[in-house]
Amino acid sequence: MADQKIAAYICQGCGLGERLDTVDLAKVAQKEGKAHVVREHEFLCNVDGVKTIQNDIDSEGVTHIMIAACSRRAKAEAFYFPAVAMSRANLREGVIWCQPDTDEARETTQEMAADYVRMGCAEVKKMIQPQGNPGAVRNNRILVVGGGMSGMTAALQAAKAGYGVVLVEKAGQLGGWAGKIYKRIPSRSPYQDPQDTGVEEMVKAIETDSRIKVYLNAVVAKTGGAPGRFQVEVGQESGAAGTEEVGAIVQATGFSLYDANNLPELGYGKSANVVDQAGLEKLAKEGNGAIRRPSDGGEVKTVVFVQCAGQRDASGKHLAYCSGSCCNTSIKQAMYFKDANPDVNTVVIFDDLRTPGNGEDFYRSAQNKGVTFTKGKVSAVEATGNTCKVTFHDLILNDQNATIVDADLVVLATGQVPNSGVDIDAKLKAEVAAANGDTSLLEAIEAQEASGQKPISVLNLDYRQGPDMPQLKYGFNDSHFICFPYETRRTGIYAAGPVRRPMDMVQAAEDATGAAMKAIQALENAAVGRAAHPRSGDLSYPSFRIEGCTQCKRCTVECPFGAIDEDEKRYPQFNEPRCRRCGTCMGACPVRVISFENYSVDTVGSQIKAVDVPDEFSEKPRILLLACENDAYPALDMAAMNREIYSAFVRIIPVRCLGSVNTIWITDALNSGYDGVMMMGCKHGDDYQCHFVKGSELASYRMSKVDDTLKGMGLEVERVRTFEAAITDIERLPKLINEYAAVIREIGMSPFKGF
Amino acid sequence: MSEANTQAVEKYRNNFLKEVEERVEEGEWVKMCMQCGVCSGSCPFGPHWAHPPQEIFMMIRAGKRDEVLTSDSMWMCTSCYNCIVRCPRKLPITHIMHGLANYAHRLGLAPKGQPTREFGKMFWNNLVATGRVNELKLSLSLYFKDGFSQGIKNAMAMKDVGLGMLKAKRLNPFELFSPHGCKDRKGIHAMLKKAREIEDRRKHLTS
Repeated sequence: MADQKIAAYICQGCGLGERLDTVDLAKVAQKEGKAHVVREHEFLCNVDGVKTIQNDIDSEGVTHIMIAACSRRAKAEAFYFPAVAMSRANLREGVIWCQPDTDEARETTQEMAADYVRMGCAEVKKMIQPQGNPGAVRNNRILVVGGGMSGMTAALQAAKAGYGVVLVEKAGQLGGWAGKIYKRIPSRSPYQDPQDTGVEEMVKAIETDSRIKVYLNAVVAKTGGAPGRFQVEVGQESGAAGTEEVGAIVQATGFSLYDANNLPELGYGKSANVVDQAGLEKLAKEGNGAIRRPSDGGEVKTVVFVQCAGQRDASGKHLAYCSGSCCNTSIKQAMYFKDANPDVNTVVIFDDLRTPGNGEDFYRSAQNKGVTFTKGKVSAVEATGNTCKVTFHDLILNDQNATIVDADLVVLATGQVPNSGVDIDAKLKAEVAAANGDTSLLEAIEAQEASGQKPISVLNLDYRQGPDMPQLKYGFNDSHFICFPYETRRTGIYAAGPVRRPMDMVQAAEDATGAAMKAIQALENAAVGRAAHPRSGDLSYPSFRIEGCTQCKRCTVECPFGAIDEDEKRYPQFNEPRCRRCGTCMGACPVRVISFENYSVDTVGSQIKAVDVPDEFSEKPRILLLACENDAYPALDMAAMNREIYSAFVRIIPVRCLGSVNTIWITDALNSGYDGVMMMGCKHGDDYQCHFVKGSELASYRMSKVDDTLKGMGLEVERVRTFEAAITDIERLPKLINEYAAVIREIGMSPFKGF
Repeated sequence: MSEANTQAVEKYRNNFLKEVEERVEEGEWVKMCMQCGVCSGSCPFGPHWAHPPQEIFMMIRAGKRDEVLTSDSMWMCTSCYNCIVRCPRKLPITHIMHGLANYAHRLGLAPKGQPTREFGKMFWNNLVATGRVNELKLSLSLYFKDGFSQGIKNAMAMKDVGLGMLKAKRLNPFELFSPHGCKDRKGIHAMLKKAREIEDRRKHLTS
């Protein structure tokens, strides 16, 4: 490009001047890096240094700058020049802090620094400073799906912050589960007694808030668009449908109780006196606290609460998990009886009593009130006349056949099942299971398809990936569980409350508040064309060269966020506001037509090629390390801060995500004589830590096929290695590098040098 | 079965927990146990108990009256207070154990011949007689509790210690015949009687 004017700045501060020959580096930048302006500075991040750079931009017409100083993760505030494209050569953490300060090491240290200067110059040449998405639109409304405790909280919080809300509730009134219960678990000190739900006040607040528009008896019939410009069709029973435009979405569809009809051995369905927790709440609400025996209206003298009914089940028949809220609920329900009449015998049969939050105080209060807690596992509930006989294994006294006879009422704590909509990966999971010999899932799906029944979707998303959010374990909605619990794989759509994980009302309200905040953040970012989490503030977005595209669909299929649809001509259609800027599409593209303005196959590829590769006989191998910028790269920076020494033959390039690594980089590197390529990405699998959820998984899948390519090139398979790295691996990563350097020394130099 | 026991069974029917709460020293704490088992794990005598404290509390809640009251478990307690120190729910476990033992004794359900109980009875009777413990009599009755010939054997085994104490004037053989008591023996007896009355009332043992 003719109008490119590149300036290179070499810092001498932080010991760089003493350890490195900066005059030589300046020459490298000028001659090899082809920088038009080259300056050395003794302390580049101070006021004078920053002013020097700003002056060059303002009066010298500099358009691209390369700063050779510290890591790109340091001094980001000082080196903030939004008007120009910028690259950073990491001479401090990347060179002098990770190399020994000895005379013998001087030569290799200088070579390392010179390479990073070359790489920085090569990279910046290929960069364009992103200007943001010109098609960005602002929409200050949030759609909240579900009008229970979570949904109402999200709506009220968003409205309080000044944003409009569209609240869609399936039932005829707001309240959800919270609206059906008599009293709630106490949410404030001293956590001794059941407390009023407060639902009526919330409903009133919503009804009187002009910013909140409520649809009752309504569902979301269709959701199209992207953050900032979602188009939502609301369908109502009456047929009347509204169309709403919103900027972001909170899905707070809550839970249903696990169906107690699956538990005939516990007497459900056989006696009216065996109820689930919802059944007891109904009795309490109807009787305004006075609970009579359902079968004949008789007096209740003994109540038995059966915890973990159909939960924490290892057999695979029922729920495998703990719902975390039912112990407190049973304690509360036992108090309904004790508060009305202390002589009622209330027994809670538990396996482990789990009372999160301030539940421990509540539990103690129940003990004080005389609720009996028995550690055991209920095996059977038999109804005889108007009473039941409960048989259980007493785990303290190890009595297999302990019984409670004459129980007037038995309450089953059955747990939470999320209302998360369609499992979009059901078929894939079933096929994987079938391939492993278990065809039951696949058969179930086929039977359902044959019956013409369609699973009911919550969001009816108009995305190529499917109508609902992906599901994690046990059918709970998506959430970046380990690192960013609010984030889902659908940008601008946030799951809140028990649809995300089992939780109680206090947690749900907190969760919903967080989700409302996230939704606001998403629509604000969409309004200015910026990325939301995790590259927040990033203005770049992917684009593709239509002439080169072969319509292979890899980008549309592999995008973890469903950001890419296909247009009528079956070309990829990018929905920028949905994009997280991870570059997984770029890594997937076999014809390399996808790029970001400041991050592309070229920006990395030219860095790889810029490195000076010494000849075969120099005994100086070159190892390329592509490091995930989220975990591996900061871990390496921190290792350098601790002065962990690693091989001087490694050249590190940070990548947005290992998923963005295009295999062309590997072949390019090997072809230009590198002796080995290391890749460091985040942990993948069920407990993934990848910021982009699937990026590192896709990368490791792609790299698993690289062996054949290597064999085809006549190279050893050890020349390319993928490693899982966490941000805490500060001591491990330098070790990995050194071990790998030893492996390369053993297998010898690459035969591809000098071509 | 004593009359007191029959009366208690009659009064509390199946609610043993309530009986314990009302009649056993610190019994109102039993319901607060959360079955963590720290007491059982902390007890130096744990492995020798038929039922460690955690189990005793569970048995009380399960209404296992006879098993609890006839058990010798709570008699095994040596009052080391490890359990009290460690109980996360702050239950006075040692005191509850003694309370249960005492209650079982009062009802006549405590195991016959249990050494701790036998010694306890000896000590009390010895003390109450004169208002002062007569050590010579107490030792001798302990030696002879299992019969005359065993008593002689026990005494012979301890004779060196006994003679040593005699020499050092720590043991007066005449105490056997004319024990010296406290100044106001009648007063002590009246006081103990009154204390028993108060305690019985507090424990609902009298109406």
